[in-house]
Order: sequence, then C-alpha cells, then structure tokens
Amino acid sequence: MIIHHPLLGPRDSSEFVYLGDASLINRPDWQAEDATEAFYDYAYLRDNPAGEHRELWFHEGGDRSWLVVTRNTATHEISKVELARDVARAQGRSK
Amino acid sequence: MTQDNRLSGGQIDRTKTLNFKFDNRSYSAHPGDTLASALLANGVRLMGRSFKYHRPRGVLTAGSEEPNALVELRTGNRQEPNTRVTTVEMFEGLEAHSQNRWPSLKFDALAINDRFSTFLTAGFYYKTFMWPAAFWEKLYEPMIRRAAGLGSLSMQEDPDEYDKGFRHCDLLIIGAGPAGLMAALTAGRAGSEVILADEDFALGGRLNSETFSLNDGDATEWVKQSVAELSAMPNVRLMPRTTVIGAFDHGIYGAVERTGDHLASLPSGKPRQILWRIYAKRALLCAGATERPIAFENNDRPGIMLASALRTYANRFATTAAQRVAIFTNNDDGHRTAADLHAKGIRIAAVVDVRDDAPTSHDYEVLRGAQVRDTKGRLGLTFVEVELADGSSRTLDCGALGVSGGWNPNVHLTCHQRGRPAWNDDLAAFVPGADLPPGLSVAGAANGVMSTHGALQSGAEGAAQALGLKGPLPDLPKAEDTPISQTPFWYVQGCSRAWLDQQNDVTVKDVKLSHQEGFRSVEHLKRYTTLGMATDQGKTSNMGGLAIMAELAGKSIPETGTTIFRPPYTPVPIATFAGRMKGKEFHPTRLTPSHYWAKERGAVFVEVGNWLRAQWFPLPSETHWRESVDREVRQTRASVGVCDCTTLGKIDVQGADAADFLNRVYCNGFAKLAVGKTRYGLMLREDGIAMDDGTAARLAEDHFVVTTTTANAVKVYQHMEFVRQCLFPDMDVQLISTTEAWAQYAVAGPNSRKLLQKIVDPEFDISNEGFPFMACGNITVCGGLRARLFRISFSGELAFEIAVPSRYGDALMRRLMQEGEEFDVVPYGTEALGVMRIEKGHAAGNELNGTTTALNLGMGRMVSKNKDSIGSILSEREGLNEPGALMMVGIKPVNAGDKVTAGGHLMDATGPVDAAHDQGYVTSAAFSPSLDSHIGLGFLKNGGTRQGEKMRLVSPVTDLTVEVEIVSAHFVDPEGERLRA
Repeated sequence: MIIHHPLLGPRDSSEFVYLGDASLINRPDWQAEDATEAFYDYAYLRDNPAGEHRELWFHEGGDRSWLVVTRNTATHEISKVELARDVARAQGRSK
Repeated sequence: MTQDNRLSGGQIDRTKTLNFKFDNRSYSAHPGDTLASALLANGVRLMGRSFKYHRPRGVLTAGSEEPNALVELRTGNRQEPNTRVTTVEMFEGLEAHSQNRWPSLKFDALAINDRFSTFLTAGFYYKTFMWPAAFWEKLYEPMIRRAAGLGSLSMQEDPDEYDKGFRHCDLLIIGAGPAGLMAALTAGRAGSEVILADEDFALGGRLNSETFSLNDGDATEWVKQSVAELSAMPNVRLMPRTTVIGAFDHGIYGAVERTGDHLASLPSGKPRQILWRIYAKRALLCAGATERPIAFENNDRPGIMLASALRTYANRFATTAAQRVAIFTNNDDGHRTAADLHAKGIRIAAVVDVRDDAPTSHDYEVLRGAQVRDTKGRLGLTFVEVELADGSSRTLDCGALGVSGGWNPNVHLTCHQRGRPAWNDDLAAFVPGADLPPGLSVAGAANGVMSTHGALQSGAEGAAQALGLKGPLPDLPKAEDTPISQTPFWYVQGCSRAWLDQQNDVTVKDVKLSHQEGFRSVEHLKRYTTLGMATDQGKTSNMGGLAIMAELAGKSIPETGTTIFRPPYTPVPIATFAGRMKGKEFHPTRLTPSHYWAKERGAVFVEVGNWLRAQWFPLPSETHWRESVDREVRQTRASVGVCDCTTLGKIDVQGADAADFLNRVYCNGFAKLAVGKTRYGLMLREDGIAMDDGTAARLAEDHFVVTTTTANAVKVYQHMEFVRQCLFPDMDVQLISTTEAWAQYAVAGPNSRKLLQKIVDPEFDISNEGFPFMACGNITVCGGLRARLFRISFSGELAFEIAVPSRYGDALMRRLMQEGEEFDVVPYGTEALGVMRIEKGHAAGNELNGTTTALNLGMGRMVSKNKDSIGSILSEREGLNEPGALMMVGIKPVNAGDKVTAGGHLMDATGPVDAAHDQGYVTSAAFSPSLDSHIGLGFLKNGGTRQGEKMRLVSPVTDLTVEVEIVSAHFVDPEGERLRA
C-alpha cells in the first residue's frame, strides 16, 4: 500500500507501524463521573468494519508522525490521510 | 548426439553449439534453445514421472504453464528442484536430472502405483489411512511423502546472491507480445516512462511462434524493429526474463527478474534473481492466452502436447517431437499447427476435428466429426486410436499428437484483488471481469481479443487510454484478423483415465467421484481432488475440471464458478523473496561501543533483542559459568564492579511541559522532581497492566532523560509519541531517542565512588553530601570530556551510572579498568546483573510480563490518584484489586542446596497439586553467592501476608517438588543502607 503522508508525500506502507482504530484519540476525561465505564469502552471496545475505517499509523521509518488514515479494509482504498495531532486538536484535545 | 529432430529455420543461433547433460547423457543444443526444445531436438520425449502414479511424462507446453516436465536443474548446492524445462534457457554445460523416479526414468519401480490406480483416486488418503491414528504421523505420512514427491532439495545453502529493487513508471506493460509491444511503442513515443516486462528471454510473445506476416514482412522482423526502437528510447525500460507475479495494492506490482539463471556461472557480485517492487501509475496487462487441452483416455503420454506448443517448437525452436504428427482439435487454430508443421516437412498423420464442418486441406487428411478414443506407447506415444464420424475406428501411427481445445485468456493478475472473471460464450472461456485492480487495464488476447490485428489495436488503444493520450494512434502494421471458429469440447465421452491436471495426477474419473461424493462446489472439488493445486495452479487444467463439474451438475460453466487466482503467477524461489535479508542481514547485530573491549576480555555474549551483551567474563581458571558469575557478584558487592548498560533505551524529553508530560506517562508523580534528581518511574498500559519501568533524570527545568528496558525501548518510544501527538497535542514537549548517542556504564559496589573520583574532574563533588542517592547531573571526566552521572542502583550497592558520548565508551571502559586495579575492579555481565537484582528484589522483564499490575509488583501505592496518567483509572478495576491478589515475594529453599526453579508453581505444604490449588508461580531464580543459597522471586496469592510460610514449589512437567519458604523479596540490605552510603 501507499500512504500519502500529509508532509512527506507518497510513502510505502512498510515504513509505517499499524496501531488500529483512531478512536484511541478520544481518551475519556479521568475525572468524569463514569470514568471507569468510559475507560473500559475506550480500552476494549473497537470497531472492526469491513469497509471504511479510520486507523492510526506511526511513521516509524520516517518522521515519527502518528497519522490518521481513512482506509477501506475491504479494498485497501485510502481516501484520507491526516496528522493525528491535527485530528486530536480538531476534536478539542489540548494539554 | 545428433539433433535428429532439428528442423530448418527458427530463432536459434546455429553458428554456436552448446553442450548439456540430461540424466548424465550428453547432448548438444544451440543458443536460443530452451531445455525443452533441446531435448526434443535430440529425440528425447520422456522427461519425468508423474506425481502420484509415476506415469512417464514429457512436455505438454512450450511455456511457463508447463505441468509435467519438471527436472532438477544444476548440481551440488545450486540444485534446483521442480524446474520447468520449458522455461530453462540453454547455456553451456547445463546439467539436469529427472525426478520422482527410482532407479531410473525408463524403469521406475513405483510405476506399480499406476496398476493400483483404482485405489488411488480422489480422497484416497482420507479414506484409507484412518486407523490407527498414531500410524498417520509415524508410518503413512512419511511413506506417502517418499512415494509421491517431486524434486528433492540439495539440503545445502544456496551460494548465490538474490536482490530486491524498486522501480517507478507511468505505465507498466505486462507481456511483450503484439499487444504489449504496440502499447509500449504508443506510450514510449508519447514520452511516458514505460516498463515493458516479459517472462520470456525473447520479446515478441506469440509472434515468435507464428508464421504470420506483419506489413507484408515476417512478424519476427517487426518484433526486431520494434524492440530496437524501444531500446533506443531513454524513457522505456525493457525487462525480458521478468515475470510480473502479482498485482498488489495501489499500483504496486511484484516482478521477478532472472538476471543470472541463463548463465553458466554468475559474474562475481551479480545477483541470480531480483525481486522488483514496481510502483506503476497505470498498468496494462498484455499477458496473452494459454491453449487448453482436451481430455481423452491415456492423454498424458510423452509426445502428446498442446498443438500451439508443437507450433512453437517448430517455428521458433526449429524442432519437433516426432517426424509423424497428428492433431486433435475443436477449432481452426489446430489446423494452423498442422499447416505450419506440414510446411516444415513434418508428416501429418491426420487432423482429428470433432466438428462435422471442419475445414479440409489438400496437404493432409482431416477426419471430420472424429474423436481420439485412446493412445498407445509405454514410454512415448506410438499410436492414436480414433473413432470416426461413422462410429468405425482407425489407428494413426504417430510419435506426437497436438491437442487444441481452444484458448484461455491469461486473466490471473486481474483476479489478484479478488476480482472475478466473466464468461465469454464466443471463446467459451473466462475473460477479465469488471472489477479489475485499480489502475490496471487489459489488452490483446488476455482480454479475449484473439487476432493479431485485434491485439495490436487494443494494445495501442489500451496504452493511449491508460495515459490519457490525445491525438491519433500510431499506424498499426497490417496483420491477420481471423475470427474465432470453435465448438466447445472438453472431454471425450466414456473416458475415465483421462488426465485433467497432469501435475497432480487428477483424472476425469476423480472429478466424477468428487461429484458423486458430494464435493460439488468448485472450492471443494479443488481441495478434494487437488485439481489445480500444483505449482502450475491449474493453468492448463482448471477449465476442463470446471466444465465436467458443470455438466454433472446440470449447470453452465459460469454458474459453476471459478476458483480465485492468487499471486505468484508462477513459482518463485524462497531465496528470491528473502533477497539479501538472510542470516545477519535479516537480523542485524547491534554492538555497544565497548564490545571489542569485552571481546578482548574473553566475554561470553548473549543476544538481547538485536544487541549482543556480555553475559559473563570467564577467567582462564574457571570451568563453569557459575564460577564466573559468583565471582563477579562477590567482587562487586565487596569492592566495585562495572557493567555495560548502554543497551537500555534512552529518551530525551525536552520542553516547558516535559514534567507534565512525564506525569501522564508514568503512574507515579514527576511534577515535583527537583532539578538534579532522578526518580524510578513505572509506566502502565491504559488497561492498568504494567508496561515498562525505568528512571527519569531531571537535568534542567525543561529537560529529562528517561531510560527504558532494553527490550521495550522501541515500543515505549512509540507509546510516548502517541501520548504526545494524539492525546496531548498542545503540550510543549519534544522526544528523541538517544539510545545510540550515549555509552553508559553502571559502576557498583562500596568502592564505586572512590573509583569514579579518580576520573571525574575535581570541580564536581560526588561525595555523599554533594551527590546523594538519586542525584544526577552533567559533569566532565578525564579532563574535560562531557558526561552524565546518575546515582542510581540496580544492584543494591552504592552505585552510579555514568554516560559518555558513544565514541568514548570504549576508552572510558578501559580507563575504569585501569584506574580500578587498586580496588580489584571486576567487569560483570548480564548474569551477575540479574543475580544482584534478584538478591535486591528488583522487578525486571520476568516480572513485568504483560499480566502484572503495580499492585502485583508491590508498587500499588505508587499509582497516583491525584493526577491523570495512562492506566491509572483502569488499574483501579475490581478484578485487579480483589483480596488475595498475587503479590511479589521472595522464595528460599527450606533445605540448603535445593534449587528454586523459574516457572515452577507454588502449592500449599499439603493438599492436592493441581490448577485449582495453584497459589502462585516463580518468575526469576538464581544462585545467590551473597546468601550462599538458591533464591527466587515470584507471585503469590496474598503474598504480602505470607512471609515465613512453608510451601511446595512444584513443576509437574519436570517432576520437581521442593520445599520452600516465603520470604521478603529484598534478600540483601532490605533497609537500603548501602545505597545511601
């Protein structure tokens, strides 16, 4: 596969390490009332669709960016690649 | 030997003669020959024995689809089993041996299997070798493997180099027949970057095998001109001897280039084969078509081959399998073979055509509406029995029979991303379907366009469309445009021992049996009979099996379906996939800066991940490793020892939010750590399980140096980057791995300070007051060399870790040894390191094993509840905090001299020994020279309250039972007085 890195252009997927569902960015608030439940969901429950999926990839053999790759797991078509940091910020994550 | 079956013409170089050997007999050939054509030219039809029945076999084809004629090529450590003679380019001194026969090819003892064929049908193994169960592994399987085999391995290491490479292009053209060449000319003249790959050593594809004219000249002349024009284009790369083996994601194609297979010996440093990864913006499949046989009784004798193969051997290689040849066909193309052979002076015994309206000829007899019933000839074809249209029979005297059942487009690559081919009624064959791999299109015979004109035109159009070229197409050479004329005909009614898959010995009878026994889906049929599962992937056999299954099921062929084609298109040696990544190239060794010093000292090394670490340093007088390790421990605890700990992961953490960041990744607090201090840190995974531990030293307000365990260095770095980028993207913090930038040494023992004082520059105070336990700082040593000093201890002694830039590591180690002479300094390895940390009760990899929590490790209280850190919430889960949770303990034998064994389980002193009564287990064990006893660390239920309890340590696997006592994990200096000395 070829991943179009937002900063470095097309890169072979062998330069990357795969982590999984990009929902791992949505780490719950540790002080929330239901923190234990929310962390349980966060740590253990993942979508595994046969189709479009947002995934985390780490550019280990490159600039060490974490990327959010939108990929169809059935066809391997990649429709979007973003810096995970931008995605996290857009979702309101900060410090 | 004379080449009795050599004909006139052809594309061989008669000015040169090459000598080769087959089964130790010498023959001659010419450049341009394959091993197959050379054997036929020398009158050799018998080339191998079949897989199961050991039937005599010869070549069926003239290309890479060959199922039958497999040999062991070359000798010694270059011996290569199951090599298709049809793809072996002749070279001087070639040596080949037939395989799967004993004692000889002409007399094979296991040909007896053929007599028992009634019992050896589909599913034979499943039905016969059932009982007793133990016999399968010990008796039946080894027996079957010996009898039913192909070639053998040399069992020696392959001496040749293989390589990998990467190429990029606008258009990859797969196949250099008329469609591929025309496509390359179109794209090349338009200035596109083009790669044209073909598995053959001669470009031109089918044009090399035909007597067609192009532009009123010889087709081979047009091929030569086209290749010359393409060779002169800097934007076109021609890759003969290159098989495109697979179409992968996003326009990536795998290709194997046989750079050295055609050479008698490889020039030094040249690879034998190269595995290319080709990144193509677009690709055009021009892979042509493969002729398919017709099944009839005894259709596998040497001399029976595809009609198109006979034509290739005659026209391209100037050879024939026999001087009298018959043809069996259901289409007009079969007649083309007869005409070409006749023109070369071969006697045509007859053309047997199943069609009542078959074309006739003035040159030879055509038997219309006739079928081949049976054949004769033990080691090679002698007679063909034909049933004529009127039901009478006739015997044809011939040494070869060309069979033509129509042509199958080579759709394989179009299916590599699970595309399904579509049925075409005119061709009675599958053509590429609609769901092609993105970026791939198909032209020529591979797309069902069977005439030469059609191939040229679709090649030009295909290239223009793929590249979006505007303007008129180049002029096409004038070529034949004959329409297809055939009547689908798959097998002769009433036949039974009629071979479909010659490589796996699957007959029409087997397919019928499969249907009868309920294995009717194509995928079941394939697995039950093994049809199409040999190394040729059924290129010549799948369609026949499918057609028979369709007929038995009363369905059409497309309704019956087709199996999936998978990469590689043709077999690829494992060595080619490995390339240079073998041995140490696959698993490189990392050496620390003082490795060669350790080697000089005679260290015994151990692999830790990719690192080589000194395990112990034996003295000449020591005969057992324990002697060395015990000495290293005693001497360190008595005076001073030095250990290389460069391999620990080191991560530099800098930025205004560095302390805050470490607060999130470690479960314990770091915000208040003073500059110049170091702290032990435990990292949890988000699920509350311990991930890794290490120390973080605060060198400045905004600068920490973090260590990780050797094994987890890469993972921890990845994790920290994840936390930084994905969870807290606005933190002002930067990470970089500095593992390889610093050489680091532990200097441990009561005299460690005295030793260091000799090399640390005098302006730095490292006294207990000036540099107390857990202090850290930037210093200089040996008169100005920058270094980092940490007062941390893994051994439990007064100890320091000192780091210098990597290139000074070796010098520092030698200096420490030299300055330490007066203290009797000892270098120690990972074994002594391990013994001392067990004596001290420090957890390491065996305890941080992916199942244990901070609580289990006795560090439950370290998990801060006052801050957000990875894993803190889930570490509080009920299940991980139940009363009776496992706690780390020390274990000592009750009877001095008894051993504690890691992996053993703890059971109450009395009662049953079983999983239900399991109380815990031992994770680390060692002999402690300090206590003069074996000791261990482990996890025990309620371990915190069971000190002094006597238990049994058992290992039912090794039949071990030892009485042990549960003690504190801190065997040595439990109060930590030595650390602070």
